[in-house]
Amino acid sequence: MKRLLTLAASALALSAVPATAQDVAITNATVVTGDGSEPVEGGTIVVRSGRVVAAGAGVEVPAGMQALDAGGAWVTPGLFATVTTLGIVDVSAVSQSNDTRSGGSPFSAALDVAPVVNPNSQHMLVHRAAGITRAATTTMPSASIFAGQGAIIDLDSDSNPVTRARAFQLVDLGEAGGRIAGGSRAAAHVLFRNALREAGRYGDAARIPGGGTGPQSTQARDDITVDPRMVGQDTERSSDTLLTRFDAAALVPVVRGEQKLYVLVERAADIRSVLALKSEFPDLDMVLVGASEGWLVANEIAAAGVPVLADPLDALPTGFDQLAATQSNVGRMKRAGVKVGLNAAGISSPRRIAQQAGNLVGLSKVPGATGLSWGEAFATISSVPADISGMGGEAGVLSAGALGDVVIWDGDPLEVTSVPTRVFIGGVEQPLGNHQSRLRDRYRDLDESDLPKAYDW
Amino acid sequence: MKALIAAASALALAGCATTGSASSGKESKNGDDATRFAAKTEAEGPFPSTYSPYPGEATALVGATVFDGAGERIDGGIVLFRDGKVVAVGASDVSTEGYRVIDASGKFVTPGIIDIHSHLGDYPSPSVPAHSDGNEATAPTTPDVWAEHSVWPQDPGFSRALANGGVTALQILPGSANLMGGRSVTLKNVPSRTVQGMKFPGAPYGFKMACGENPKRVYGGRNRKPSTRMGNFAVNRQTWYDAINYANDDDAKRDLGKETLKGVLEGDILVHNHCYRADEMALVMDMAKEIGYRVSAFHHAVESYKIGDLLRENDVCSAIWADWYGFKMEAYDGIMENAALLQQAGACVVIHSDSEDDIQRLNQEAAKAQAAGARMGIEISDAATIGWITLNAAKAMGIDDMTGSLEPGKMADVVLWNGDPLSVYSRPEKVWIDGALLYDAQDPKRRPVSDFELGQPGEGDVK
Repeated sequence: MKRLLTLAASALALSAVPATAQDVAITNATVVTGDGSEPVEGGTIVVRSGRVVAAGAGVEVPAGMQALDAGGAWVTPGLFATVTTLGIVDVSAVSQSNDTRSGGSPFSAALDVAPVVNPNSQHMLVHRAAGITRAATTTMPSASIFAGQGAIIDLDSDSNPVTRARAFQLVDLGEAGGRIAGGSRAAAHVLFRNALREAGRYGDAARIPGGGTGPQSTQARDDITVDPRMVGQDTERSSDTLLTRFDAAALVPVVRGEQKLYVLVERAADIRSVLALKSEFPDLDMVLVGASEGWLVANEIAAAGVPVLADPLDALPTGFDQLAATQSNVGRMKRAGVKVGLNAAGISSPRRIAQQAGNLVGLSKVPGATGLSWGEAFATISSVPADISGMGGEAGVLSAGALGDVVIWDGDPLEVTSVPTRVFIGGVEQPLGNHQSRLRDRYRDLDESDLPKAYDW
Repeated sequence: MKALIAAASALALAGCATTGSASSGKESKNGDDATRFAAKTEAEGPFPSTYSPYPGEATALVGATVFDGAGERIDGGIVLFRDGKVVAVGASDVSTEGYRVIDASGKFVTPGIIDIHSHLGDYPSPSVPAHSDGNEATAPTTPDVWAEHSVWPQDPGFSRALANGGVTALQILPGSANLMGGRSVTLKNVPSRTVQGMKFPGAPYGFKMACGENPKRVYGGRNRKPSTRMGNFAVNRQTWYDAINYANDDDAKRDLGKETLKGVLEGDILVHNHCYRADEMALVMDMAKEIGYRVSAFHHAVESYKIGDLLRENDVCSAIWADWYGFKMEAYDGIMENAALLQQAGACVVIHSDSEDDIQRLNQEAAKAQAAGARMGIEISDAATIGWITLNAAKAMGIDDMTGSLEPGKMADVVLWNGDPLSVYSRPEKVWIDGALLYDAQDPKRRPVSDFELGQPGEGDVK
């Protein structure tokens, strides 16, 4: 992981602080720091050179810095949406515009979303306007239980959306994984084990670099480096292999624990089986995604130290793997000591993550249910997913040294009625217009007495 | 619980009583030994509702902020109901003598929430292929199918809609694979062993139609007509012409599908037309004029805001989401201001779910759409916004003389919310249907648990 982290951090520094970052102090704000604490009124946020200098009550505005009076408005870190398909699909039902699945590809684990993320996708613009400043985006499992490698992206308006390529691998070890693997969860488990063992052997034989000992990567563009695994030493492989060379190479850092493994899983029994993989592959750095029945095994998840990205409002037995689904799942796991963020893939659009978090606050008033405090709920869509995504302290928080992702809202950010009024990413104020806002402006009235609507732009 | 069981047996008796006309199915003509057979006619109402209200207490909700569903707001109001009906709605001068008083100060009261577009029961949970009963996708027009024959009353989704969403009535529609998907059914959200035990007494039937991408994709993909939008219209129009001929022919052989179409022509069955794009809705409204029927509501109408004037002039409601967009080509122009722009144009707005999840939060979706309007300067009152998910839905479903607002004499379908229903932080605290308390957040046993969930992990949990 160190190698990737080092590379990523330097790439991050390049892309996150463009020349136009503003130094700004936002005063008279209801400050949400995103770390799980409750909002503080009358606070100040200072951003300099694209980074947060300080945030909270009693923060002084540095001499000579432009001050922006928020008028009591809520100011938060940018929301962090994970796991999403932002930037790789325009219209999901228009297959030509949809890069989320690659069922016809000979490759699976080697699929890398980084080169295909489109910063001009309307979904990127719409979600930026909803206060989401960073996200994890990935292809989804289709030809194999392995979906490929997801990236951490920003939603700013520059041309470099990828801040961390190949941040994680995604695998389905639940109901759907069983179908893909050949019709049974048993097939998925043996496929998984075989893949990791092949990868382990191949990594050694091909001298795939890792742990900071490999050769320097080649720079392809400013922000994306050529994957060193794909230029590893050619080596003889047994004829008894299932993985392509690239797929084997892609799984090397997974088996070594150098790349996170996101595991789609819902059923309590399946979660136990996934946690047990740690005894067989002790270096795995796993994140559970979905986990509708996580509350039934919350103590075991907590003991394993595996974080969870949960679907917050699943309340129905939509399958036999989710019989115990309840909106109290997140709250109960949190009370058991599990690190829980919200999974933005489990909802119809990631821009609803704030609504989802708000519902968990509302849930705390329902007898017998377990919800979250406001601060805890906000953290599930800011600091916790940022931390799980390897950006702890960098994103999802307003604290000294964090990226200057700052959102000013027109109301309580967890209310369905609220939207951002200004969004800064890496200290750069962002445009908030998009296809939808243009349609709204055109159809504000239906007057065509002078010219057709097509001339109204 | 005993009271409920007693009521159920009364119900069974009532059910028998209404089948008295079955003997008419087989009769002997005077002086003729030949036996004549005749199925019950449409007018005799096959598959009749067997629902009758469960027992309830005369109840006074006192001190709440009341949104009556019809656009009025009463602060510190009182709502009285007894014997299944709303008795009075007013300010503090209403006498509560003879009623069990519930202190509702700081809380909110609305009519029961109504979802005009649901597939609960015909696409139930668990959503396995064996449960996929919403689309008879074997022919582009299937006016002969009735959604009620697909509804599985044990769908756990009904209980979530009740407890989390305050939903007391809902329309179950066939899916949108077909141009003419079949008859819908309107249900009371009461648990029952049978769909007849849920059927909303006296509610008209609806008829599901669909424009656009779905029918042409499903049938075009099989190299069948329709494969284009013009094909969609051609098939629809010819089917209507055939229905008109049928309706005019006194000697026509009985035809199950055409009976439904005839019911539409006669105005007894209300058309609910899945349609996204503005230009297509305009064409459908002209087709309706050509044929001589009315569209009650366009569903999923993400582009309604482009033709608010036309929709107002044609008196057609738009049943819409607050924020769904972009998942298919015809949804590309969805905007959150749709509802507010329609309201500004004087057209009818209904917020719908089409989702077993969103049906649990229609109040939040309405609030979202209201706020989007406010941001562009269209101020819509909270009371009017609640109308989008109560009385307006009832109007488009033809049940507004019975429910949808808190008015004396109407069904006591009532939700007591623990806070402002237009806030993400609020939930139903109690829900009454026809005056019977069917959900109480404070009573763990006063919530429905479907047969499917018994003995399963999480049985009876707060969901």
